[in-house]
Amino acid sequence: MLKNYFKIAIAVLKRRKFFTFISLFGISFTLTIMMVLAAFIENVIGNDYPDRKRDRSLYITSMEERGKNAMSSGSPSFYFLNKYAATLKTPAKISICSNGGNSTNTYVNNKKIAINYKYTDANYWDILEYDFVEGKAFDAQQVKNGEHVAVISEGLKKEYFGDIPSVVGKYIEADNVQYRISGVVKNVPITTYMLYSDIYIPYTVSKIDYLNKDYQGGYIAILLAASKADLQKISNEYDDVMKRVPMENKDFDHMNCRAESYMRSFLNTGNEDSSGLTEALTAIGVFTLIVMLLPTINLININVTRIMERSSEIGVRKAFGASSKTLVYQFIVENLILTLLGGLIGIILSYIIIQIINSADLIPYFVIKMNLMVLLIALLICFVFGLFSGVYPAWRMSKLNVVTALKEQ
Amino acid sequence: MIRLQNIEKVYRTDTVETLALNSISLDIAKGEFLSIMGPSGCGKSTLLNIIGLLDIPTKGEIKIDEQKTDSLSDKQLANFRNKKLGFIFQSYHLINDLKVLDNVELPLLYRESSAKERKDLASEALGKVGLSNRVKHFPTQLSGGQKQRVAIARAIVGRPEIILADEPTGNLDSTMGNEVMDILLNLNKSDGTTIVMVTHDENMAKKTHRLVRLFDGSQVQ
Ligand SMILES: Nc1ncnc2c1ncn2[C@@H]1O[C@H](COP(=O)(O)OP(=O)(O)OP(=O)(O)O)[C@@H](O)[C@H]1O
Ligand SMILES: [Mg+2]
Repeated sequence: MLKNYFKIAIAVLKRRKFFTFISLFGISFTLTIMMVLAAFIENVIGNDYPDRKRDRSLYITSMEERGKNAMSSGSPSFYFLNKYAATLKTPAKISICSNGGNSTNTYVNNKKIAINYKYTDANYWDILEYDFVEGKAFDAQQVKNGEHVAVISEGLKKEYFGDIPSVVGKYIEADNVQYRISGVVKNVPITTYMLYSDIYIPYTVSKIDYLNKDYQGGYIAILLAASKADLQKISNEYDDVMKRVPMENKDFDHMNCRAESYMRSFLNTGNEDSSGLTEALTAIGVFTLIVMLLPTINLININVTRIMERSSEIGVRKAFGASSKTLVYQFIVENLILTLLGGLIGIILSYIIIQIINSADLIPYFVIKMNLMVLLIALLICFVFGLFSGVYPAWRMSKLNVVTALKEQ
Repeated sequence: MIRLQNIEKVYRTDTVETLALNSISLDIAKGEFLSIMGPSGCGKSTLLNIIGLLDIPTKGEIKIDEQKTDSLSDKQLANFRNKKLGFIFQSYHLINDLKVLDNVELPLLYRESSAKERKDLASEALGKVGLSNRVKHFPTQLSGGQKQRVAIARAIVGRPEIILADEPTGNLDSTMGNEVMDILLNLNKSDGTTIVMVTHDENMAKKTHRLVRLFDGSQVQ
């Protein structure tokens, strides 16, 4: 029986090319958008290189100071973090680094290239698990001495030196300073913006940054807990410390600077009262709903009119022995085949688009993948989709009286 | 074979009530070829639909093969129609999305049968109506007479005991009409199929065993 439904469905789809095209287009297009979006989100959020200990880390990335007539927000300063965060007792390790977004120019064969640089301490290399292609990180002693050493990304190595096997010990110039390369790491996608950089150098090299006594100043801190259970303890200790921090000046009466999970700090909106996470999730949810709702309604609509168009067929089938139930099955199967076909096309289309995005290198070092989960969810959505848009029209149709169905032409 | 007792059918719309059938009682014997005639709107199609269990009478009772039909469920009705009845309509009602062969196979889809059986039976039925060379066509590629012959093949493929035909020749010219009529007569003679046919054509009616005339919902002969 199922085989026959299948045969009928294919025959109908083949004969009604326009309808089939519209439906398939609607479904596959929607799904493609969803899948590419999901792959993006999945990658941005789910990519845990190089912070593989993300689930037992807290991040201090933003600070907000408020007063009656003043309000200032930005990243905390090295001074602030060094004084209040680095002194915490509960974290297993603490690292302070500049928050990225610093860039400078360098010259290769008289060609200007823009590079991002990041100041870090030695702990940075312990907390984060960068993959070293060659060499190693700079150590605490080198940081203390303010040595001009650097870790660079694979991408920069290629751009600056070309295809040569080893660059450790060679010098790279940035901002008119020569740095000796101590290691090369795998690229971090720019979407992991807190940790992304082309070149990493000891914070002590920057004379201005770390001596500045303002509370705000372009740095972040990463607090690593010995275990997940310790996260709450760290959070409590930090909050206690924060309560006792004096205001920076009398314009402000209130300060907000949280130690948060990666996700929260990643999505931080700067609004002290709501976490960015809920807002982001709600936005994604609403968007998904709208994106999926439109084609569903459209498909139901097309299906209802089409079923009325097919009333003669329904009448004939009933006259020759199809029960209402059988007809409902037939129409649902037809719809499922249509949507699953649309799903298949959507998956292929997404795959192609993702390949194009990756190969076009639109976003530096960002490679998105379709993962199995996204694929399964997409198929599930298709299935639910097919069921929903099929059930109502099928039910309407099964209620049709044979004689009336046959009369309508 | 078929027994109608005091059948009454009333159509109610918002404003008017139409008495389409008024106390019809009719016995149709096994193997009989019966024709129904009467002016337009007198209730012929309504009567045929009620005999074919496609419509329910407002009052009265239909027995087919001594079996009461008013208490059958949707599924039982479907099964009953599938096994016992075959329909031929004035406007053919072929499914344009399906090829001729698939159209003819249709009644067999709703009973136990293998794909090969279906194909064989459908080919045989198409052979009987002289359309063996059109199996792969779509209905839209056929003439009116050919379409009606496909419809007949569909009606007989499941070997029903009763065939109900509502003006099977109504849309055909006289040559084609005669061809279709000959097929029906032959079916009645050789297989003993009971046939009830609505027609406007006295000549066609004359060829059948018995004629029932309706006027304004009542039986006049
Ligand atoms: N669904 C309906 N609702 C209301 N009235 C109906 C309905 N179907 C039929 N009728 C009425 O019932 C009467 C009988 O209709 P029927 O179709 O049986 O006539 P007929 O004898 O087959 O006519 P024709 O020769 O034109 O096909 C007509 O007056 C028609 O208007
Ligand atoms: Mg009629």
